[in-house]
Amino acid sequence: MKIVTIIDYGMSNLLSITRAFEHVGAKVKIAESSNEIEGSDYLVLPGVGAFPDGMKELNSRQMVEPIRNHAKTGRPLLGVCLGMQMLLTIGHEHHTTEGLDLIKGQVLPLPKDIIGFKVPNINWHEIKMPSDGRWQSTILSQSKDLTDFYFVHSYYAKPDRMEDVLATSKFGNLEFAAAVQHNNVSGTQFHPEKSGEEGLGLLSNFLKL
Amino acid sequence: MVSGDCCTKYIRIDPSGMKRVIARLDIKGNKLVKGIHLEGWRYLPDSPNDYCNKYYLDGIDEIIYVDAVASLYNRDSLKEIIKKTTDNVFVPLTVGGGIRTIEDAIEILRSGADKVAICSQAVKTPEIISEVASRFGNQCMVLSIQAKKNKNGSYSVWYDVAREKTEIDVIEWAVRGEEAGAGEILLTGIDHEGLEKGMDLELIKKVSEAVSIPVIASGGCGSSTHFADAVNSGADAVAVAKSLHYGKMNIKSLKSELGKLGIDIRK
Repeated sequence: MKIVTIIDYGMSNLLSITRAFEHVGAKVKIAESSNEIEGSDYLVLPGVGAFPDGMKELNSRQMVEPIRNHAKTGRPLLGVCLGMQMLLTIGHEHHTTEGLDLIKGQVLPLPKDIIGFKVPNINWHEIKMPSDGRWQSTILSQSKDLTDFYFVHSYYAKPDRMEDVLATSKFGNLEFAAAVQHNNVSGTQFHPEKSGEEGLGLLSNFLKL
Repeated sequence: MVSGDCCTKYIRIDPSGMKRVIARLDIKGNKLVKGIHLEGWRYLPDSPNDYCNKYYLDGIDEIIYVDAVASLYNRDSLKEIIKKTTDNVFVPLTVGGGIRTIEDAIEILRSGADKVAICSQAVKTPEIISEVASRFGNQCMVLSIQAKKNKNGSYSVWYDVAREKTEIDVIEWAVRGEEAGAGEILLTGIDHEGLEKGMDLELIKKVSEAVSIPVIASGGCGSSTHFADAVNSGADAVAVAKSLHYGKMNIKSLKSELGKLGIDIRK
């Protein structure tokens, strides 16, 4: 049985993501302190809330270095929603905050002036495969192009390198990173644990990495 | 040159966003109930979780639970229903009814809800809107509005499960709610609720034109046409209750009919 370590830093819907991983056959370990992160096979950084608060909580629990160390081991790491945003270098929510810098790039506010598109963006949206079609051996390897996932966010990630964008989605005329990936580090802006069977499929895929 | 267009304030509702099909389950104790105009509750045979699991497997986009009696006591059964939901249902879950303090909201969220819907307490102490929003984010704070039309055509806010009337205008209340940090509005048209004869389109139109946050229309949806009418009046999502619970409507066929009506929904 695959063991998934989910980081608890006081800012996530821990129960939902735990149940979702259990549903796809994993055993879940909750890491409440930095030493519980070490030695994980599959590490998950969930999160709901604001970027500066999230980083503050990770810092106060001395979890930043253990997460970076995990990434260096080459073992899989998955960030979800705010957890994905914090994988990037800098966040611009409220003020500028340093992120985990595992994926080079920034986190920016969704534009509020697109008619018919409301912020926060709370909805199911289809995600699109990049033109190089590189979903093989990633968290999306079993997903079909243009599958709908559930998003809840007011900010979006903008990786510096196009090749770190694993999937895009559209918010009005803005095309943003719906999923990111750099080597063993992956992240989804959407909530796979709230995206029905397709979302569960993604989590199950993560466990095959 | 005669043209009135330049002077008409007209907000175009962009039809391109995906619309959500939401199942609303009113709960009393550990039972699913359904009333008319938010009163005269009748019990349905199976547990709320059984209905919820079925809706999930049929492809529902989201679930809303509302504690129909908003009781001070007996909250344990509601929390138990929420916890059981997280075992098998992997779509967003909003829970409302009887949330009076930030501690109540924390408990509901800890049990597995993604968002809380607050109605009466927001009327009594509007600060709770910004408290919940700043603590958990705007996306977590759903302002639930029970609206009833007055003789003069305006709409007033009601609360305590549509028993108490206020002098607050619904449109103004919705705007204030958005300003205070609500991320969504759950808009129940009391006059249409439970009748399955169509939704209060005027109400939906007025509120969704006044705010820029998503509006979930609730009350009166009994067919795909009613659903489409609500969307074309500006609703971002429609909560369906009675027709689903009594099996008159099936989520799969509803979605396929909505697709034919040109409504963008999740397949």
